[in-house]
Amino acid sequence: MSSNYEDRDRGFDGGFDRGFEREYDRTMPRGPRRMQRRKICRFCIEKVDLIDWKDVKLLQSYIPERGKILPRRISGVCAAHQRMLAEAIKRARNIALLPYAAD
Amino acid sequence: MADKRTYEVIFIVDPATADDEVMRLSEGVQKIITGQGGSIVKTEMMGKRQLAYEINHKKDGNYVLLEVEGSGSEIAEVERRMRVNDQILRYMTIRVDEARRRAQKLKDRRARKAAKKPSNGKGKQTAADFGSDEEAAG
Repeated sequence: MSSNYEDRDRGFDGGFDRGFEREYDRTMPRGPRRMQRRKICRFCIEKVDLIDWKDVKLLQSYIPERGKILPRRISGVCAAHQRMLAEAIKRARNIALLPYAAD
Repeated sequence: MADKRTYEVIFIVDPATADDEVMRLSEGVQKIITGQGGSIVKTEMMGKRQLAYEINHKKDGNYVLLEVEGSGSEIAEVERRMRVNDQILRYMTIRVDEARRRAQKLKDRRARKAAKKPSNGKGKQTAADFGSDEEAAG
């Protein structure tokens, strides 16, 4: 496992706050499948049934610098929770707890 | 159909207004709600905090959060008043009872599942198990 590759695939739980910012490296050889750590949904583990839009700290960990919603292919959040998360982030944006766009 | 609904009303007051003025505004809102037949479940002064983006050239604002129970008509009234109030930079009302009920249902279902299947692989359930479980449920 080359270090470069690992970095990109680390997803949510590793050093994700620099991993996902990186452009997808298309020059990487597409050769044999590498061992990919299975991404797991943090909300499922913690058994979260409701994501509160007031929980800015939590939501902030799902918006990268630019202010966009982190896609679940990177964060590993399951579909159901991603929907909740997206809704919460949008609500928080409306009331200026989170930015619509930032730079 | 239960017609008791729960809402979260949040509004941002101009940072230039004094604290007691904010209090007064909040009380005014509460009075409107109770006057219309609603009830206040919870009040929370979230205090002054920075806005994520400028609203009316203001960089921060005083957040006030109310939890309201009622039929919905009082929300209409409160929003109408807030719309014309210059001190209120922004307001938002979220209906929360349905989402909470849904969350409760999920929780109950999980509890039932856990009860039905006495922990045979105690402590051996991996995170991945939970993940696929939830996805199937959603």
